[in-house]
Amino acid sequence: MTVAVDTKYDLQSKIEEIVGEYGAKSTALIMILQDVQRQYRYLPEEALRAVAKTMKLPLAQIYGVATFYRSFTLKPKGRNHICVCTGTACHVRQAVVIVDKLERDLGITAGETTADGEVSLETVNCLGACALGPLVTANGIYYGNMTVTKVDKMMSEVLHKTYDSETTEEAA
Amino acid sequence: MSTNRLNSPAELAALKQRLEKNRNANKTVVTVCAGTGCMACGCEAVLKTFHEERKKDRLENEVEIKATGCHGFCERGPLVVVHPSGVFYQRVKPADAKLIWEQTVKGGQLVNKLLYRDPQSNEIIKHEKDIPFYKRQMRIIFGKNGFMDPTAINDYILLGGYLALATALTKMTSEQIIGDVKKSGLRGRGGGGFLTGKKWATCRAVKVDPKYVICNADEGDPGAFMDRSLLEGNPHQVIEGMIIGAYAIGSHEGFVYVRNEYPLAVKNLTVAIKAARDYGLLGENILGTGFNFDIVISRGGGAFVCGESTALMASLEGKVGEPRAKYIHTVESGLWDKPSNLNNVETWANVPLIIERGADWFASIGTENSKGTKVFALTGRVNNTGLVEVPMGITLREILYDIGGGAPRGKRFKAVQTGGPSGGMLIVEEAQPKSHGSPVAHGDIRNENEAVNLLDLPVDFDELTRVGSMMGSGGMIVMDEDSCMVDVARYFIHFLTEESCGKCLPCREGLVTMLSVLRKISAGKGTMEDIKYLEELSQVIIDTSLCQLGGSAPNPVLSALRYFRQEFLAHVVDKRCPAGVCKDLVSHAIDNTCNGCHACLKSCPTSAIVGEPKRLHYVIQDKCIQCGACYQICRYNSIKRVKRGEGDKLQERAREQWRPPLKKVTAEVS
Repeated sequence: MTVAVDTKYDLQSKIEEIVGEYGAKSTALIMILQDVQRQYRYLPEEALRAVAKTMKLPLAQIYGVATFYRSFTLKPKGRNHICVCTGTACHVRQAVVIVDKLERDLGITAGETTADGEVSLETVNCLGACALGPLVTANGIYYGNMTVTKVDKMMSEVLHKTYDSETTEEAA
Repeated sequence: MSTNRLNSPAELAALKQRLEKNRNANKTVVTVCAGTGCMACGCEAVLKTFHEERKKDRLENEVEIKATGCHGFCERGPLVVVHPSGVFYQRVKPADAKLIWEQTVKGGQLVNKLLYRDPQSNEIIKHEKDIPFYKRQMRIIFGKNGFMDPTAINDYILLGGYLALATALTKMTSEQIIGDVKKSGLRGRGGGGFLTGKKWATCRAVKVDPKYVICNADEGDPGAFMDRSLLEGNPHQVIEGMIIGAYAIGSHEGFVYVRNEYPLAVKNLTVAIKAARDYGLLGENILGTGFNFDIVISRGGGAFVCGESTALMASLEGKVGEPRAKYIHTVESGLWDKPSNLNNVETWANVPLIIERGADWFASIGTENSKGTKVFALTGRVNNTGLVEVPMGITLREILYDIGGGAPRGKRFKAVQTGGPSGGMLIVEEAQPKSHGSPVAHGDIRNENEAVNLLDLPVDFDELTRVGSMMGSGGMIVMDEDSCMVDVARYFIHFLTEESCGKCLPCREGLVTMLSVLRKISAGKGTMEDIKYLEELSQVIIDTSLCQLGGSAPNPVLSALRYFRQEFLAHVVDKRCPAGVCKDLVSHAIDNTCNGCHACLKSCPTSAIVGEPKRLHYVIQDKCIQCGACYQICRYNSIKRVKRGEGDKLQERAREQWRPPLKKVTAEVS
């Protein structure tokens, strides 16, 4: 119980801190929500309420903005973030084959997270590194000129890294 | 107040002189391209290696290492140029960096294997400017990128930066500036192509305060990244343009609306704005002239529609990015209902050049109604992917063949898509010459077939609009014979249904209906009525949509129907996808060129491919899900995509004809 209250307190103060950086001007709303999302990896309802309170804006406006823009999500994301570029240049270089492969292997469709919360799969409209198409980023690392075989290699790298960090965390 | 502050244009000139004096022209400078493209190829590790080597050899005073903005030749990244000799190295790996350090920087020798080799003549080329990719370009905006660290304001000043601003503030009136921009013929680089000078004049004439200037860096077009590279590589030129524009219009507050997906651009711009404030080039009393202006960065939320001016302004206000009808233009009533002048990144970057080198010089470049240069992001199925800056009026042929280096793997070009999701697909397919050797035959055959071919189309605002596409922000996506036009049209409409803001019905519902019809066609269930319906519906959406997102949304479909109708008919009548892309209409099969390398077998998710090693493989048709994995993997072009149901026919023939490869060489020849 006390833990829950503590987290709530943290959340409120964290959001006040983020809002404070920009000032409670509505111009900064998108940037504030981006920073909140960076903090929690998604936009929890509590956080949206806290933003509304701190900025003295109607919750409806916050919710509207949070659901309108593509970069926001109201659902928690996985520990690993796989993002396939499906911009036009990647599309004509058969990015769809890569998306299909990842969807099949992970058992989810793009936009979803695996049941164990391990991997989120997303598509993005363009990452602007078209020379490397088809392009995938895994936890921010670029994997260019992707083929189906390279996907296997990438996934094992991604998952192993996670396991490594978990073991080190446990050891610590 | 900062000690670095420049209190007059004279102090700026003095600083430039001081920097010039202190510069040692013979000093070795290693520049590494650190644009997003090269970053993704691992230029950071290359930079790190150079720094380590320099530290090891204690040459910190003798050698300068510079991380610069984008050089444009993304295909060959990471790029390294060693000055003063200007040797150009490409595809540099961290281990190669060591080699460059030892042989070129310390030894003065060339590292041959890292130099650019012309694929046609097989000639080794030493300097950037001699490479065909750069030779036909005219890099007036991007040229400075390779010589400066975008986070160092002194680098920009050394190259003559902010001198145009000093001239504008002290020697020119607002009217003169606007007059010059009008005379130069500069048109908005964001897509619409509206005359910049005219826009400024209208905004200036409105008697309301305050006025805002906005830089539109919400580059949402997939396949376009010139604005990002400009902000990453040369943010000061954009800032300088904005200050000049603000002075001309009479504004004191500016915004840059930039995509959050461009973290490096946001970072470099933030650093640049801070440095400019520190020098007194932004803020109060700029260069001691009494003019005040400052810029705020606003990060976008990733909505394509926010590239539209009224939606962008709504988003800047912290609202949902929905556009409004423009009965009243934004230059009269825009952001917070105040006069707001919005221009694209590239437009702003052109302004200092016009002031510095004169309107006549600018107007001497380009065609009658499109002046200056345009930066294109040349991407897709083309050998030299990258950013190219070319004078207006250059032909598609020059861009695709001379600069782009032709289609990869000996394929043939088919279409070029300009203008992003609002633009159109242009046919650049050359008719196959009947006989070789006769130069005249080429032209004759095209007449015989009456085939349209836009390869020699001069690229400028009006010409592109005339043929059913548009300039857009400058994405240029090349497609070859492996691309299906029905599929690409469906791709764009799908993109737009997701990005439609939903405010007006024609765009919200019309596009969804178009998408379902296109899906039907690519599934082989389309009828001739569907094609007619697509054309009718397109016209309704164009006529009745509120903003230009909807108004131009059907362009990809209409242009595809105009130039590639045969391909649509193949889907509808023959139930065949000529390019072999539409899954429901193809079968995968292996022909007799297979050498049994096993790669496809390993890649197949359903184990539909069987065969002994070094023996002919084949696809079990019932098991195949047409995922395309084998097609992507095969290096010998042995996987064929044929009409649905005809896979086994091809494979039976292959079985009769197949002979085991004698040597490795034989396999490659076949």
